[in-house]
Amino acid sequence: MNKNGPLEYDYSVSKLFLMNTLFVGTIGMLVGVILAWQMAYPAFNTFLGEGLAEYTNFSRLRPLHTDSVIYGFVLSAVWATWYYVGQRVLKVSMAESKTLMFIGKLHFWLYFFSSALIVVSLLMGATTSKEYAEFEWPIDLAITVIWLLWGASIAGLIGFRREKSLYISIWYYIATFLAVAMLHLFNNMEIPTMLATSPAGETMIGAWWHSVSMYAGTNDALVQWWFGHNAVAFVLTTPIIAMIYYFLPKESGQAIYSYKLSLLAFWGLMFLYIWAGGHHMLYSTVPDWMQTMSSVFSVVLILPSWGSAINMLLTMKGEWQQVASSPLIKFMVLGSTFYMFSTLEGPIQAIKSVNAIAHFTDWVIGHVHDGALGWVGFMVIAAIYHMAPRIFRREIYSKSLMNMQFWIQTLGVVLYFTSMWIAGITQGMMWRAHDEFGNLAYSFIDTVSVLHPYYTIRAVGGTLYLIGFLMFVYNIYKTTSAREVEEHELQNASPMGA
Amino acid sequence: MFHWLEKHPFFFALSVFVVIAYAGLIEIVPSFAQASRPLVGTTPYSTLELAGRQVYIKNSCNACHSQLVRPFKSETDRYGHYSMSGEYAYDRPFLWGSKRTGPDLMRVGNYRTTDWHENHMKDPAAVVPGSIMPKYPWLYDNEVDLETAYAEQLTVAQFFSVPYNKEIPMKDGTTKVIKMGDSIAESNALALEEARIIVADMKDQNIKDAVASGKIPEIVAIIAYMNSLK
Repeated sequence: MNKNGPLEYDYSVSKLFLMNTLFVGTIGMLVGVILAWQMAYPAFNTFLGEGLAEYTNFSRLRPLHTDSVIYGFVLSAVWATWYYVGQRVLKVSMAESKTLMFIGKLHFWLYFFSSALIVVSLLMGATTSKEYAEFEWPIDLAITVIWLLWGASIAGLIGFRREKSLYISIWYYIATFLAVAMLHLFNNMEIPTMLATSPAGETMIGAWWHSVSMYAGTNDALVQWWFGHNAVAFVLTTPIIAMIYYFLPKESGQAIYSYKLSLLAFWGLMFLYIWAGGHHMLYSTVPDWMQTMSSVFSVVLILPSWGSAINMLLTMKGEWQQVASSPLIKFMVLGSTFYMFSTLEGPIQAIKSVNAIAHFTDWVIGHVHDGALGWVGFMVIAAIYHMAPRIFRREIYSKSLMNMQFWIQTLGVVLYFTSMWIAGITQGMMWRAHDEFGNLAYSFIDTVSVLHPYYTIRAVGGTLYLIGFLMFVYNIYKTTSAREVEEHELQNASPMGA
Repeated sequence: MFHWLEKHPFFFALSVFVVIAYAGLIEIVPSFAQASRPLVGTTPYSTLELAGRQVYIKNSCNACHSQLVRPFKSETDRYGHYSMSGEYAYDRPFLWGSKRTGPDLMRVGNYRTTDWHENHMKDPAAVVPGSIMPKYPWLYDNEVDLETAYAEQLTVAQFFSVPYNKEIPMKDGTTKVIKMGDSIAESNALALEEARIIVADMKDQNIKDAVASGKIPEIVAIIAYMNSLK
């Protein structure tokens, strides 16, 4: 490396994670689309024939969808951006340390092979049943190692940084690391059943990977939703905020609107988020005070969430013409808007009387997806579109394809959440309806059959989003062989071909 | 203060961790002392029921079915008494679910019978016209994994003092003993005994033959589990 020249960043680890994001994203979304069609038309449960039905029916595939998009698609993107943004804002290069490069590569490959193991184990039905923590203990251990490797990378890059002050994105990466480490460890406290000995002296009985939870019943639910809610927070929110705090100012050439607002939003989010987990258990058997607390904190959570989103939107102040001219800015601005929308909808659903109707219905699925598709998905796509020209040193293959992708996916998201609103509220209201004699007005199947049109619309929306994603993958694939650009041209707006 | 923290990563991370972690301490720890006591009349799962519960989990039934009756008239009308914390004392993991694509199953044992389940899992839409539940034909072919169920019983008895082979007080003042085998062979024999009672109400000759020859298909175990949910 030239000691007096500019720092040469090394993106080899980032590139691996970037490719994996595209790969697993495609699989995860494809499985999601299959599930959506299965709910509209149950015949799709045997789409690979009766013989393979055990592995293709809704219930077996459902955890595969959630886990592959959360931990496959999103986490890959988080790490692709970490190995890109981390170097840049800390002003160090991965090429400067062989150890950190080794850790980065080990991090990727261990993650990659563990992911493959997860796919196989979920298809086999080896699951703990806990949402987003379905993995049995051997995989939980592997996840712990993977996570610690990321921690080592964070600590390492920070350790020999040249820029002494940590940029906002780094705050969010650190928070993601710490919170998920804590949540993962405590929620996966389990005892492998192979440790048991029978009175007759037999050992290692049954499936070696099976385990039982350390917690029972209500306690188990408490820990699980403390995890479940905050896994969403610290995988699907904080690292995505880390991304937008870096990529929006970079791409637009605008400074962050307010440092104070980012302080308020960060510490507010850290303080409030964990409390809100209880809103998944309203009217359940967890203590009332906790239900009320979680409801209140969920509503207050609007403040830091909107703090970040408004900070992003105001960053575009005076430069709104970029939204019209750049599809990349479009993704980020609409992403922020969906974030605002989703973080308003969540608190509304956490109000006890609303939750009485919304809980257990498709409205919750709709809420998850306007956040996941509109905010997380769009931000990941934007981040990759911004990184690709820098990593591959080539312009983005096609701007018009990108524009088309944006509109197709936006339409997909809108169809998704509107149909799920209607489905959820319809079903919630039908469940509780009584006739004039005080009897239940509808049998359960009535409340299922009525949803068919909405399930169909949702499946169409999901399919559109997937089509857009495939266009994205194609665009990035073609970018790797597009026109070459010089590094110094790439200060702000990413170069795009026609 | 914030400027200082942003230049000192260790203290920054420490502050973040404290801010994140204490909510969990305050929310979760106090309720641990109380919530796991069983209600009078709540018993641990027998070997076959537990094996059935594992089949339920293996097929992610909880992705579409809840096991939590909320305290609303519309729910108690439809499903029975609202859920109470002590009823879950032996549930590891809990299976409340988060989505009701199908109905709640907390008390399904009160109003569905063995032969209903037998027909329903084979072809749900034939029993409930319009049902979108998939068929589960493999439950009739796969043999249930009794050993893992036994290992789980041993584990919860050893690590969490779940009262197997002990007298458990019932609501009417009597006591009940849930048996657990002393060895794999004895455990399998206990499960087979239970399975014979279930298949007596079933019609599928293949299932009857299998149990007669000492093999228990998954469907028998999951029905035993369903029947235990009351």
